[in-house]
Order: sequence, then C-alpha cells, then structure tokens
Amino acid sequence: MLSHTANDLLWMSRQVERAENTARMLDVTYRMSLLPYRVMEPGEKWAEPWAVPLVITGLATEYYKRNSEISPEKVLRFMVLDATNPFSIYTSLQSARENARGQRGALTSEMWESLNQTWLEMRAMDFAGINSRGVSNFFDWVKNRSHLFRGVTFGTMLRDEAYSFIRMGTFIERADNTARILDVKYHTLLPSLTDVGGAVDYYQWGSLLRSVGAFESYRKIYRDVITPSRIAELLILRDDVPRSLHASMNELYEILQMLSDSDRREPERLAGEIHAQLHYGRVEQIFKIGLHEYLLGFLAKIEALNAEINSHYLTPDYS
Amino acid sequence: MDYSKKPLQAPHMATPAHDEMRAPDSSVFVHYQSYAAWLDSMPPEHLVQKRNEAETMFHRLGITFAVYGEEAGAERLIPFDIIPRIIPADHWQILEKGLAQRVRALNLFLADVYGEQRILTAGVIPREKVLANAQYRKEMQGVSVPGGTYAHISGVDIVCTGPGEFYVLEDNLRVPSGVSYMLENRKMMMRLFPELFARQSVAPVEHYPDVLLETLRGVAPIGVDDPTVALLTPGSYNSAYFEHTFLAQQMGIELVEGQDLFVRDDTVYMRTTRGPKRVDVIYRRIDDDFLDPEAFRPDSILGVPGLMRAYKAGRITLANAVGTGVADDKSMYIHVPEMVRFYLDEEPILKNVPTWQLSRKEDLQYVLEHLHQLVVKEVHGSGGYGMLVGPASTMTQRAEFRERIIAKPEKYIAQPTLALSTCPTFVEAGIAPRHVDLRPFVLSGKQIRIVPGGLTRVALKEGSLVVNSSQGGGTKDTWVLEA
Repeated sequence: MLSHTANDLLWMSRQVERAENTARMLDVTYRMSLLPYRVMEPGEKWAEPWAVPLVITGLATEYYKRNSEISPEKVLRFMVLDATNPFSIYTSLQSARENARGQRGALTSEMWESLNQTWLEMRAMDFAGINSRGVSNFFDWVKNRSHLFRGVTFGTMLRDEAYSFIRMGTFIERADNTARILDVKYHTLLPSLTDVGGAVDYYQWGSLLRSVGAFESYRKIYRDVITPSRIAELLILRDDVPRSLHASMNELYEILQMLSDSDRREPERLAGEIHAQLHYGRVEQIFKIGLHEYLLGFLAKIEALNAEINSHYLTPDYS
Repeated sequence: MDYSKKPLQAPHMATPAHDEMRAPDSSVFVHYQSYAAWLDSMPPEHLVQKRNEAETMFHRLGITFAVYGEEAGAERLIPFDIIPRIIPADHWQILEKGLAQRVRALNLFLADVYGEQRILTAGVIPREKVLANAQYRKEMQGVSVPGGTYAHISGVDIVCTGPGEFYVLEDNLRVPSGVSYMLENRKMMMRLFPELFARQSVAPVEHYPDVLLETLRGVAPIGVDDPTVALLTPGSYNSAYFEHTFLAQQMGIELVEGQDLFVRDDTVYMRTTRGPKRVDVIYRRIDDDFLDPEAFRPDSILGVPGLMRAYKAGRITLANAVGTGVADDKSMYIHVPEMVRFYLDEEPILKNVPTWQLSRKEDLQYVLEHLHQLVVKEVHGSGGYGMLVGPASTMTQRAEFRERIIAKPEKYIAQPTLALSTCPTFVEAGIAPRHVDLRPFVLSGKQIRIVPGGLTRVALKEGSLVVNSSQGGGTKDTWVLEA
C-alpha cells in the first residue's frame, strides 16, 4: 500500500488512542481533585493535581504560555478544547478525522462514519456544555467513541496491511502513554516508595490504575494491598493486562514480524529486542536500575522504533 | 450555420420557460405521471422529514465540498433536492448519440491539432487561433497517446429549452467534476424512497466506477498487460477532494498526491510500504499547469517532477491527456459543429448556443448594445465566476462589465440568455419550478460509453439561471427512464 496511506492510518488510530488516554488521565485528575484532602504538603512542587496532566504530556511550558496559574477550568479548557494545543482532545479527534478523510478508500464506511460522527459531535461542544453535562460524562463519551472506533475497526475491517498499520498506531501510542503515566505518577506524586498503606496512598495508587483502566485487573490478580512493585509488574511486565508495556509490545512485535521482508528487517529486529526485555524481564531488576531510568530507556527505544518504522514504511526516501 | 457572421437576435427569450413536468396547459407529461401521482399523495411534512434525513445523512457521510475564499478547510454541503429530474428514454437517446458524436469529434480534433493539423491546413479553423491559444500545449506537438484518445472523461454541460431540445453549453475536457454527486444522489434517493424505484424502471448509474476503471485500464501504455491505475489529487484542500477519495475507493485504486509519486528512468513509481511500485495510468485531477514543475509551473508542489518526460516517452498514460483545454476553451466552442462535419462528415446532433465573439467588431457592438439581454462569459473562466447574466444584472454591474469588456474584448464571449428548462423543486415555499442544467459524463477509451444520467444542477433561487454550486446551486438525482 501507499506509504502515505499507511502513515495517515497509523496517525488516525494514534490520535484516537491519544484522545482516549488524555480523557482517562483528566478524568482521574478530576476525581482526585474532588477528594477532601490534599495529596502532598502545601508548597511541594506538584501538590496541585491539575498540574499532573501537564507534566505527563510534557505540555507545562505550552500551558504557561497561555495561562499564568493552574486552575481546573483552565487546565480542562487547554487539554480538552484548545484547538492550538496539538495534544488536546479536540485537536486529536480533529486530526484523526482529517487523516481518515484522506484515506477513506482504505477504511470501511462504518469506520469512517463513526469517526466523522465523533468529530461532528466534538466540534459542536463548548466548555459550558461539557460542564453542564458533567465533566466525567464527557470523558466517558470520549472513551466510548474510542472503544466504538476500535470495535468497528476490529469488527468490519479486512485483515490487510492497512489493518496492521492501524493497530500499530494504537499500540505505539498506548505503550508511550502508559510509560509516561507510570513515570510521572511515581516520581511526582509519591516520592517515598516505602510509604504505603494509608488512605491517601490507596487513592493515589488507585487513581494511577484507574487512569489506565487496570484497577479491577489489579484486584483480580493480587487480591491484596496496592504496592509500587506490583503496579510496576502489572503495567510493565504482565502481558495479560491490555495497557501494559508488554502487551503493547506483543502486538507491535507481531505486526512487524508480519510486515517484515528482506528489504525491511530492522523495525522487526528492534521490536523483538524491546519485546524480549519485557518478556524475560523481572521486576526486581527494574527497581535495581531505577524505575525512572528504566522507563526513560523504554521511551527512548520506542522513539527509535518509531524512526525505523518511518524510514522503512511510512516516509521512505528512494531518490 | 456560422452564427458569428451576423449579429443575432436572441432566439430563446421565450417566457415562461419550458417546464419538464408540466405542459403550458398544466397537464403532466407522460414520463412524469407516475411520479407526479406519488408526489401528490405525499403530505408536505413527510417531504420535510425526508429532506432533513438526507441532510443529516450527507453530513454523516462527509459528502462535502470546500469553497474557495472561505476559511481554509471549511466544508459545506451542496444542497440536495429530493425531487428527481426525469428524462424519458427517447430524449436520452438523442442526448446519448449527440454526446458520443461530439466527444468523438473533439478527440479527433485534439489528435489532429497535436498531429498533422489537417483542420488548420484546410482553413476550417484559423491556425493562429489554435496555436496562440493559452490552452494549446506545444509540449504535446508530435506526442502520440494510446488510441489517440485525449479526453477520456468529458463532462458536457447541457441545457434543455423545450421537449427533447438540447443545447451544449460547454465541453469540459480538462478535469470535469461532479460525478460523485450523480452516484451519491442516486444512493440517497434509493435510501429515502425505495418504493419509487419499484414504480418505474430507472436506468442504473451505479456501475460508473467500473466503466471508468475499464476505460482507464484500456488506455494503458502499449505492452502493459495488467496496468496499475492511480488517481492523482491536489490534496484535501481541493474543492472536489471528496470526489477524488470517493472515486479512488469505488475503483479500488490508490489515491495519490504528487509527493507519493516519483520518476526514475522515465518511469513513474508510487512510494509504497513494499518499496517502489510502477504506475501505468494516472487519472489526474490536477490541471496541466501543476502536473510537473520541470515542464510547467516551476513553483508547483502538487505535481511530480519528470512526469512529462515519462509521458512523452510513452511510459505512462495521463487521463485526461495534457493539452485538452485547447478544445474546450470558450473561444473554440463555436467551432465544434465544424469539427463534427470535418472529421465525421455528419451533421451535429446537439446544438451549440449562438455565440458572439467580442474580438469581432460587429459582435462587440451588438453585445454592448444588448448587455441587459445577454450572458457574457470570460473565455477562460469557469465555475460561474466572472460572468454577467444580463436580465438579472443591475445597471451598476452592467456598467462595470462594459468597461471590462471594452478594455479586453478578446477575453469575452456572449450568448443569448437561454430560457433554461425548469423542474419541480422542493424549496422553502413548497414545490416550485426552478431552472436546471445537466452534466452527463462521457467516457472515451477503446469505445465511448455514457452512463444514462448525469449531474443535474438546479438554481435554487427563484428565476436564477446560475446553477453552480459555488454560487448557491443545488443538485438533483437524474432519472433516465428505460424504454
């Protein structure tokens, strides 16, 4: 298929996944902010829960270009509706739909209609409307539209190359997002890893798990208090948790194995290398390296994988 | 008959205009009777509901077009009228024959102009008029194209002034658009009113993409057995982008932009996820000027550097060919009946609208005296821009146009204001007659094929004769009844 098409499709699904992840993150932040106590000492750097989404997405600088202080409404406006913020939910859904519009031929009509409908509804929303409907209802809507789109894709699309690139976009974005959330939550909200067991911790850990939709999974697997090392194991190493790094790399490795041919081996090799480290890794080792360092290393490898996918499939240079 | 020799009286000013459903005595023509009976039985609320349904559906499907001059990326719907335009089988037969004849002659003319130039040598058309035309591409002189076909896709604009009385307004031989609306309108009508299609036998149009693909594959460079066809689009900001994606999808071919193609050793390739892949036929929806920055406008970023080299080497077929504009230009229009006679030795079946050429002194004088009665068009204009509809114009508009004409008379032609036929149309005030035109699509390759129907455009404003979508026109489904 056309490289251009593959690129548009990959970004289409990436943007849908991104919109969903942003909604999850903001939803948890919103719920946290309703709790009657503050998470950290006043004056601590990230005591304000509404700063967290900005740190995770790396958008704090952009935010402060437009605003002088943090407020729930301002962060929500910036992360949800700001058309000049390239990572807002609005922009993500708009770009997803734009990418789809250019490649309607590669999609089923149901996929296109679903995404187009999402965009038309998003475009018609304003802050007052979202607020009066309930912020959490809005986030549910975003999550549902993303579920729907993935479901329609899964349920209607021919299992061809286009399908592979669409899946690739989902899992690259998901791996990237889970690694970021884990990193930031760990190091900004909970500096003391030994300090576990209290109600505050319970909510903190719970919120992290909820933001990746893994709260119930944790209960089922561990049936015990939430601890940092178990969370790391759950979201990094376990491949039965759909948003874990391991599960995302399972998918990416499998897709790249399928796409690989004699002229295009490097993306598959690199994905295999990243996958092997997760597949055979142990949580003790992660903590020995340091979780932050480990995750930074992972993000760098995902970035490198991205570059290989680009040069081999999406933006090849033949001249 | 050469209309340009003498000043003409405008012959078609008769009012009221011919209505395609009702005769002047209000009786309903036979071909509309079944539909009219159904329409009479419909409560107005039902029609309103159906119209709203259609609008919602078009939005949901994303069938929109971009309007130049508005905010980048702004999308609008073309208003869709739920009352079909019905053409009886015998009228369609006239059109079909006439269109095939005309397009055959136009293709012969193009092959001749870029070849031996017999028609110029014979003095039928003045040589300098062709060779000095801005649309004449000297790069094409002596280049042979597969099967001698230049205009593979023609969208000939037709107006009707009486029962079975058709005039050609324009031959669009460059990158005519609108066929996606023909197809989507039909789909919409079948969705909204399935019962109507059981009442009478409407000729299908749905196979157009198949016929188009067959036509395109049939004109591949010699020696290519299983040609790869791609549709070249200027991109998502083009007003017809929806149509480009739609046709590519329907034909199952790749939709490419200039950057997706490259030329190596005079061969055109697409960049794919499996490496370079050769392309044999390009259905291009980009104007000549932008096709290849090496050959035409060097600032074009839409095109493919080296494409003309590959084209001249016979390694790729472009549809339509480069240089077709020399035959559909408004200054060449008046010569089309002569082309039919010269190449086919037949009398033209479809009439030309009498046309004054303002480069001629006596024509200019007549037109300036009768501006309030005539339609004045720019020779190179399109899309309803840069045109004056005399009877609908104000004094100020006429005065302004007069100055423009006097400054550059050769830039303009004038035609009588034809009383375009009307069709019943569902407007705010209810069902009322509105003026329509018709753009059937003629496909030329190994043979000429015309899907029965076309795009009917309707001027939604009462009395208006301007049907262009950029000027507030709408569209209707066009039914050709089977004999």
